[in-house]
Amino acid sequence: MLYIKCPHCGLRSQNEFSYGGDATIKRPELNKEISDQDWDNFVYLRKSPRGKHLELWQHISGCRQWIKVERDTLTHEIFRTFKANEGI
Amino acid sequence: MQKYSVFSLIKNAFNDHKEWKVAWKDPTPKAEYDVVIIGGGGHGLATAYYLAKEHNITNVAIIEKGWIGGGNVGRNTTIIRSNYMHDENGLFSEFGMNLWRNMSQDLNFNVMFSPRGIINLAHSDAQMNAYSRRGNSMRLNGIDAVLLNREEVKKIIPMADFSENVRFPIFGGLMQPSAGTARHDAVAWGYARQADSMGVDIIQNCEVTGFDIANGKILGVRTSKGEIKAKKIGLCVAGSTNILAEKLNITLPIETHLLQACVSEPIKPILDNVVTFGAGHFYCSQSDKGEMVMGGDLDGYNSYAQRGNLPTLQHVLTEGIAMFPFLSKLKMLRTWGGIMDMSMDGSPIIDKTHIEGLYLNCGWCYGGFKATPASGWTFAHTIAQDKPHKLNEGYSLNRFRTGHLIDEKGLGTKTWIS
Repeated sequence: MLYIKCPHCGLRSQNEFSYGGDATIKRPELNKEISDQDWDNFVYLRKSPRGKHLELWQHISGCRQWIKVERDTLTHEIFRTFKANEGI
Repeated sequence: MQKYSVFSLIKNAFNDHKEWKVAWKDPTPKAEYDVVIIGGGGHGLATAYYLAKEHNITNVAIIEKGWIGGGNVGRNTTIIRSNYMHDENGLFSEFGMNLWRNMSQDLNFNVMFSPRGIINLAHSDAQMNAYSRRGNSMRLNGIDAVLLNREEVKKIIPMADFSENVRFPIFGGLMQPSAGTARHDAVAWGYARQADSMGVDIIQNCEVTGFDIANGKILGVRTSKGEIKAKKIGLCVAGSTNILAEKLNITLPIETHLLQACVSEPIKPILDNVVTFGAGHFYCSQSDKGEMVMGGDLDGYNSYAQRGNLPTLQHVLTEGIAMFPFLSKLKMLRTWGGIMDMSMDGSPIIDKTHIEGLYLNCGWCYGGFKATPASGWTFAHTIAQDKPHKLNEGYSLNRFRTGHLIDEKGLGTKTWIS
């Protein structure tokens, strides 16, 4: 069981959360000419590193807020959590 | 190579089994090979075997970080099927079914292929319609498919929950009678033994640490056992694809995720087929030892851990009990996990890359084991001819950019419910 510290609610079990993937991916800017390669990068291509990974989770059965979690993908250790609008 | 047969078994029994030869050698790597395959799992071993057998390329090495067959080929639920709707998947998998049918003879190794049939259960009229469409598509591609109604399903698996007022009543199912299971370790060992006998070097405990590339062309691979030059290199590393991609400075449409499986204590024969739950993600068969072999959803987050977490297992087994209530009485014998190369459309990639001489085989998601022979066969062709075979043309790397996705079930890196 993973225990994730929601920045709004405190430490909760993973059962309350849903996973949202890589948090470093940025959507291409609106109202700008975007190449197919840019869309490919945004929609499909992922580094998926072994080790530290910054990722999005949603506290779906709690405050329903999206949060950022820095987690190790090999050991599952969670280092830090942030509100979605906070940077590293 | 020593031929395995009932006669060699009897002969060796009289010698107290002291005369058996090693099944494959343990060579030190040569300085240079025509082809180096990275990854000594089912797909890598099969690729080396078909390179030697179909293309007469025998100056080949397989390099494996751990031991051969220690990854997903030894961690799956052994299901073999070709019940796909899309032409690319259907034709590819059915080609593989023919290789499965002859594999024990071809490899002179009993892989215990057991075409016991797979039933996908349907729990609504809409799902019956969807299965009817899938079954018709399968039949158009020459794959056997039978649409079963509730009574027909009940005759085959009477132990499923056919009671009234259940959350997901069984409306019927789609059956592929020719699907089945095989002994997964034997597949790895059979391919390894034959490849070795044709001159392929199987180098275990040899980790890749980097690549030598110049002017957009692959020159060789750096390993924990030194540098190895190669004209061509094929990647067959499943869940470790992203780790090697990082060393190659490539970003792929792949995420690495954790998938669990488990077996119950052994019980007397009760289940003759492979059965899947249609209202979630759960599948079940009974092994020859009597264990119920079960699996289902991903754990749901990027992971390289190769061991699972209990919440997902509980979720998957809840679905299992909804389908087969008797499972609740069984003790769990073992659970384990493996890491999957989850592609973004749920279909694999077997293709060349922008680096000359570098070939990619990945993205197998939930279906790597059953694809082993077809994957090896088409990947060997792609490497030998420097272009994809017609069977794996659709499994291109650039299909995500061009929009030619093969979204069989709309399942990519996401779990069934997330």
